[in-house]
Amino acid sequence: MRLRLNPIACHAHGLCAELLPELVDLDEWGYPILADGGHVPSALVDQAKAAVAACPTLALRLVKPA
Amino acid sequence: MTTVTSYAPPRGPRLLAGWADTARVADLSAHVGRYGPLPPVDRALIGMVDAAGLRGRGGAWFPTGRKLAAVAAGGRRPIVVANGADGEPASDKDHALLTVAPHLVLDGMVLAATALGAADAILCVHRGDPLAPAVHAAMRQRTGDPVAIRLVELPARYVASEESALVNFLNTGEARPTDTPPRPFERGVRGRPTLVDNVETLANIALIARYGPDWFRAAGTVAAPGTMLATVGGAVTAPGVRELPLGTTVSVALGASGGVSEPVGAVLVGGFGGNWLAMSDAAELPLTPEDLAAVGGSLGVGMLLALPARVCGVAETTRIVRYLAGESAMQCGPCMFGLSSIARDLEMLMFGGRPDVLDRLRHRLGVVRGRGACAHPDGAVRLAASALTVFAADVHTHAMGRPCAGIRVASGIRVPVGGIGLGWR
Repeated sequence: MRLRLNPIACHAHGLCAELLPELVDLDEWGYPILADGGHVPSALVDQAKAAVAACPTLALRLVKPA
Repeated sequence: MTTVTSYAPPRGPRLLAGWADTARVADLSAHVGRYGPLPPVDRALIGMVDAAGLRGRGGAWFPTGRKLAAVAAGGRRPIVVANGADGEPASDKDHALLTVAPHLVLDGMVLAATALGAADAILCVHRGDPLAPAVHAAMRQRTGDPVAIRLVELPARYVASEESALVNFLNTGEARPTDTPPRPFERGVRGRPTLVDNVETLANIALIARYGPDWFRAAGTVAAPGTMLATVGGAVTAPGVRELPLGTTVSVALGASGGVSEPVGAVLVGGFGGNWLAMSDAAELPLTPEDLAAVGGSLGVGMLLALPARVCGVAETTRIVRYLAGESAMQCGPCMFGLSSIARDLEMLMFGGRPDVLDRLRHRLGVVRGRGACAHPDGAVRLAASALTVFAADVHTHAMGRPCAGIRVASGIRVPVGGIGLGWR
């Protein structure tokens, strides 16, 4: 699975980095930087789902790799 | 399908053949007299464009035949959009083409629409562009077209003509980029598969439909056939738009504009979101998408600006990046905050910063790259990053608190003020 960020929808609430620090870092302005192109190892899929569900602007999605 | 052969194909300039011969704007009769009437086409035109190897002249250089095929595969009746609203302040080629040979562009729109089975085609230019009335007049001269062509004026902003922004404007009236996918070829104007092609690309389709793929490939390189409309400016004797075979070297392109008018240290290639090249590295570089990519750049919209050696490259880059920051659509955080931060770092460097300013700038360039919905931040980052390499010695002395005298020398490169008081509707 892969995380996909809609950078227009993202308003830097930062919950994703709180819930998924293994894969999400925040830049100096508070916007998420996804590690490894957003690739989610299977061990972190549940945590990634929680981060997706927590995003107040629905900017984060979990998608199947193309 | 047969190729019309009763009119001899142009030798030398193709798109600007009429202008080169007569120095007159081609009305419909002059246009038909030179290129012949609109040839009959069907879906097979897509294969001809593919065989010709035509690539998009709006800056991405994507294979046009593949884009046409993708739009055709969309299932619903497509829409054709001709992009004549180039946002590059220093590029003039689309404007020049629409001014001197509007019927070549209109032909291309009609032919592409016919091949795709589209009934509607939209030609986009900047609002207030003085060429709009002339294009209107050219459209009125054409009475037998099987496709309805409409002229639409959009806000004269840098990213307003990015293809998702263009489609967004046509759908909602707001000329800001959208998140992709879906891309316009999948879901564009009114939800239909939409071909967004640059006007120069469409004008080339009008020639390929008449003279065939082999003729088209007689100019340019194997990977990038045909000619390009290059805007050559800065420190050259005769700045302006030139039609050159793809693969022409930078020094030949400058020569075609009368040569440099004073010693030149670097050239800016592609656009404001392109990259600086040291003149010594650039001189023999062929102008093709691949050759530019190999040096970390982009052929973009074919813009070539010669920077006088006595001008400070750091200052020039700062002016341009500040403009690009002002032209952010203010949607994606890394672009909205990152570009203005990068511009501020450059300003501090320009006036003589400290070494830590340079470190912070380098860090920010790495952080911002690739994180916008569109490529706008990437272009600004590319320009700034190339400046740090090409003007490295100068950058070092600036960073040590010793700005050069060149920051007070005007380059002759016109950089507008970005973003102030301008909207998106």
